[in-house]
Amino acid sequence: MTEVLVGPPAGTKRLLLRELNGLDPRSGVEGRIDLRIARGRIVELGEGGSLAAQEGEEVVEGGGRLWVFPAFFDPHVHLRAPGEEHKEGLETGTQAAAAGGFWAVLAMANTTPPIDSVELLAALQERARQEAAVMVGFFATLSQGLGGTRLSELAMLREGGAVGFSDDGKPVANPALLRTALRYQRLCGGVIALHEEDPALAGGGAVREGPTATRLALPGIPAASESAALARDLELIGEEGGRVHILHLSTCRSVELLGGAKERGLAVSGEVTPHHLILDEQEVATLDTAFKVNPPLGNGKDRQALLEGLRSGVIDCIATDHAPHAPEDKEVPFEQAAMGTTGLETAFAALYTHLVEPGLLPLSRLVEALSGGATLYGLEPATIAKGAAAHLAIVDLEAAWVAGEQGWRSKATNCCFAGRRLQGRVVLTLCAGQPVHTLLGEVVQL
Amino acid sequence: MDHLLGIEPLGREEVEELLSLSESFEGLDLREVKKVPTLRGRTVLNLFMEPSTRTRSSFELAAKRLSADVLNFSASGSSLEKGESFKDTVLTLAAQRPDLIVVRAPWVGAAALVARWSGAHVVNAGDGGHEHPTQALLDLYVLKQRFGRLEGLSVWVVGDIAHSRVARSLVLALVKVGAAVTVCGPPTLVPPAVERLGATVTYTLEGVGEADAVYALRLQRERMAELPLPSLREYASRYQIDRGRLRPGQLLLHAGPVNRGVEVEGRLVDQPQAAVLDQVRAGVAVRMAVLYRLLAGQQARVAAGTAEGVA
Repeated sequence: MTEVLVGPPAGTKRLLLRELNGLDPRSGVEGRIDLRIARGRIVELGEGGSLAAQEGEEVVEGGGRLWVFPAFFDPHVHLRAPGEEHKEGLETGTQAAAAGGFWAVLAMANTTPPIDSVELLAALQERARQEAAVMVGFFATLSQGLGGTRLSELAMLREGGAVGFSDDGKPVANPALLRTALRYQRLCGGVIALHEEDPALAGGGAVREGPTATRLALPGIPAASESAALARDLELIGEEGGRVHILHLSTCRSVELLGGAKERGLAVSGEVTPHHLILDEQEVATLDTAFKVNPPLGNGKDRQALLEGLRSGVIDCIATDHAPHAPEDKEVPFEQAAMGTTGLETAFAALYTHLVEPGLLPLSRLVEALSGGATLYGLEPATIAKGAAAHLAIVDLEAAWVAGEQGWRSKATNCCFAGRRLQGRVVLTLCAGQPVHTLLGEVVQL
Repeated sequence: MDHLLGIEPLGREEVEELLSLSESFEGLDLREVKKVPTLRGRTVLNLFMEPSTRTRSSFELAAKRLSADVLNFSASGSSLEKGESFKDTVLTLAAQRPDLIVVRAPWVGAAALVARWSGAHVVNAGDGGHEHPTQALLDLYVLKQRFGRLEGLSVWVVGDIAHSRVARSLVLALVKVGAAVTVCGPPTLVPPAVERLGATVTYTLEGVGEADAVYALRLQRERMAELPLPSLREYASRYQIDRGRLRPGQLLLHAGPVNRGVEVEGRLVDQPQAAVLDQVRAGVAVRMAVLYRLLAGQQARVAAGTAEGVA
């Protein structure tokens, strides 16, 4: 099988990171550490201050202030390539990822044209090898042309390196197609990732049905649009088996359904976005189209349930659903605006500011949920351990910044956290030992 | 034995007996006069409710070489097109007292219905996706001729298992005679619980090298839009039997008509290891044996008054 993640070559620099606060729930690292990096790997791991610089090594002094985490993994982004490069691209999208501390992202297939053949996939992978700042894995569409009627060539696509299959952006409306796909998965493998939405119930709505929608007279989307579709699909998975990942959970009932399915032993997993964890439908009161997302922001009860689901592990990981749009798609009346928010550059800081600092989520769980998505797709997650690939996020938790104030790495500006004062900033991202993002000596003066 | 409605109701001895009987009709087609008087005066009705070339001609030849009178009925051009029901059609034809009716119909259980309604002996020549017993018998016959045995033979049946009456009868027959059967196809074309028929199930051709014979099933291209498959090319990339996947010494069988370049590499069909034409040839001998067994192998059944609808 062709490799699933493609991107920049491993770093050739020799680095020594000294006196950092290490935290990796996966390897159990916790406390002051030194890391020596060569040939893209962590070659030595010692207590803080224990490693001496060798000749030819570049040294990063953490000074006891900087933290080092396993770099993050975003299993759900839209890079808009091919076809909508005016919104984003492989280069800018992955630079945004690097700036957010991500070493790898998985890109959705609802591009123009959609990625539904090995020829398209191979061309995109080749471009990613040239352009991407971090590693990228690509989904292929579940149905040909996202048409929802006929399976894509899943076996050939999987062999060609597709990480999984998804019609994300659209639900799989036809249950018979999903059932066929679940069966076919026994041949092709890969993960089926589902965007749960009942198109008839969603019915062209703009926001979650609720007080804000009513007050503003915006067409509402009921929570059951997601949970009814999810319930249906879980019944199919219960009967046919299959490995399925549920994208961007947004309702209280969805969390309960996912928890129930896991108790039954189904091979399902789920993700939640930073914006669904932090924001709710009241934000829409401003009619700022940055808050128009799909699924729509829920109510306070949903937010609580999502947070609890993330804490308990019912929800496996955090995904940004980074959805860049052109200004002309967002600078329109709310009803007409495109759905989606960018999220790669703000994910860690927003979650740290709104959940970790107030004591709602342990930092270790945040790190685990931001970096653990790789395992759901059968990929090796980043970890701080001797011999592991040096995918690392170095973060200054004391740095405060205003999101978007100094511009974005992303080509798009439609970030729902824009203008917020956030605590904690990624100052260095290593992807296989290669510094793919650095603010050292710029923002952080040590 | 009154009817041959399927492989399922047969015992192993009955299957083996029919195969031995078939051998005695082998070689008749090499003679100048290809005819024996065994069934002189008997009437065989070919009742074909859906198109067929090879099965119908094979039954017709088999009956004629046994000197039976043959009446061919096909649905097109019949009173069925005027709205006559299947039952009334069967009753009408049965009233003309054929001794044996060969039935091909697109409905599961059609042959059994004809047996119940007509009072004649009935041979199932394919009822929907259910059974096609004479095809399975001729396949076993060819395998036995090539390998000298059936017991312990490893046979892979590859392709659209779900829609194939050939596969169903073949798997049942092979299991009955002690062969090891593996069915292989895309998981969307392998029906649930097929292993209950006694076959091993696999979704890839990995391991096909251990087979003595590979049986490729026809992919119903004309129904491609309805089939739960991504594309012909993906199907062919995973399941096409080609010269790379078939090792020397392995026998290739196919019930025809072959989609060259889909389930089988085009030129492979013309290689000596492809038994396709042997199967066609064996078909006549095996069907002669079946007709003989039902009509002459025992006292002809007294039909009058025993069957519903025939007074």
